[in-house]
Amino acid sequence: MDEAIIDIRSLSLAYEREGRRNEILADLDLRIARGEFVVIVGESGVGKSTVLRVLIGLARPSAGTVRLATRAGCRTPMALVFQDARLLPWRRVIANVAFGLEGSGLSRAQRRAKAAEMLALVGLADYGHRWPHQLSGGQRQRVAIARALAVDPDVLLMDEPFSALDSFTREGLQDELQRIQAATGKTILFVTHDIDEAVTLADRVVVLAGSPGRVAAEMAVTVPRPRRRRDAALAESARQLRAELSRRSAEL
Amino acid sequence: MQALRSTGLAAAGLIAFLVFWEAMPRLGLINPAFLPPPSTIPAAFLREIRLGVWTAAVASSLSHYVVGLGVGAGAGIALGIAGGMSRGFEAVTAWIVRLLRPIPGLAWVPFAIIWFGVQPEAAVFIIAIGVFWIVFFATQGAVRGVDRDLIEVAQAFGFRSGPARLTKILLPAATPGILVGLRTALGQAWMAVVAAEIFGVPGVGARMMQASSLLSTDVVVVYMLTMAALYGLFDSAFVALQGWLLRWRA
Repeated sequence: MDEAIIDIRSLSLAYEREGRRNEILADLDLRIARGEFVVIVGESGVGKSTVLRVLIGLARPSAGTVRLATRAGCRTPMALVFQDARLLPWRRVIANVAFGLEGSGLSRAQRRAKAAEMLALVGLADYGHRWPHQLSGGQRQRVAIARALAVDPDVLLMDEPFSALDSFTREGLQDELQRIQAATGKTILFVTHDIDEAVTLADRVVVLAGSPGRVAAEMAVTVPRPRRRRDAALAESARQLRAELSRRSAEL
Repeated sequence: MQALRSTGLAAAGLIAFLVFWEAMPRLGLINPAFLPPPSTIPAAFLREIRLGVWTAAVASSLSHYVVGLGVGAGAGIALGIAGGMSRGFEAVTAWIVRLLRPIPGLAWVPFAIIWFGVQPEAAVFIIAIGVFWIVFFATQGAVRGVDRDLIEVAQAFGFRSGPARLTKILLPAATPGILVGLRTALGQAWMAVVAAEIFGVPGVGARMMQASSLLSTDVVVVYMLTMAALYGLFDSAFVALQGWLLRWRA
């Protein structure tokens, strides 16, 4: 792999609670190339989200190193899209999208302009004036994506962002995300437990398994983009991934 | 239709109440000096206005009310935020709060008079104390109860300092809870106004005591109704402001 934008080595994370030691991740290695779309899959509780939380600074690793080749001096080298959109309900949609730009040195007008541009990118150009509660679940998640993209991060982290949505909305947003990645060239690290979603989106799927979690397998998805859903090659990738996952859980 | 019906019933109830009130002294069931019939109130009101007493009393009471409310609510919000944000602050103040909190506002009257004399400051002090506790607990609870998930959003976008957390997340998220406390305080402060002024600080309460000692019960009723009207006015204005501030809620 040429230039790695994220280089995680021997990452472990454990905490003590009521005298019991909980190990979440152990000895995890993961390298991600610039512009790559990597999807982490694994069962619930295997520490998928924790990897993202460590990267964004919401969790502190117990051991290991995380090396980033992000732009120097960038205030927000990474941005996270949460599973639930987590919009700030007291801000209008446009102000939610502009949230991360506050403190960036841009004027209010510049922040608004950037936010409007991002809203247009996610197809919600006319929704800036609404309140979050006036949006559907899918629209809220689009706003959350726009908010993350607005800070122009080197890496976009996405924590099961579509798992709470109905399947129509989910497939629509998967297509949209591929389009956005093609347009922006962002590096994306995406967590899901949905295998079809993983192979639809990923350049490379990383399987996390075990307790504590570690990288159990990796699989490149070479199906050319734009990918068509229910394409035979994608189905084959999904079949392989399922086989891999059931083999891993049988081993444990 | 339903609304019209309930408005009609409410009006009928009020009229029946006024008729009953009017009848009691008129029929000699109660000495009119003890309970003036409502028909005498407008005249008493005009008399007070003409003397210039009403305006002066209301103006000075309002100034006590507004300043006391401002001081008490300001301190309550500031310390409530400190307690809500910092476990350490809450721990240090826990027993002080338990010691001082049960003391009724009126129990501070002796000190109010010793420290400030029979002056507006004494009334402001009494009012502020009553308001303070309500707003303090409402604010502390509201700040403590802010959704952790939203605080994480701020952290994820690089807002990690205390002041950034406060202005970007805690304060807006706690606003609904703080406003509930403020609205309660709005009513509480009116009670404190009368209480504080009954000890002689000029205002509505003092005027009521004066009238009562002259057995001018009609004047007393004028000021009772004045307070009800002013409270109604403030509360309606506050509810409108609250609705506007919280227009983001579903």
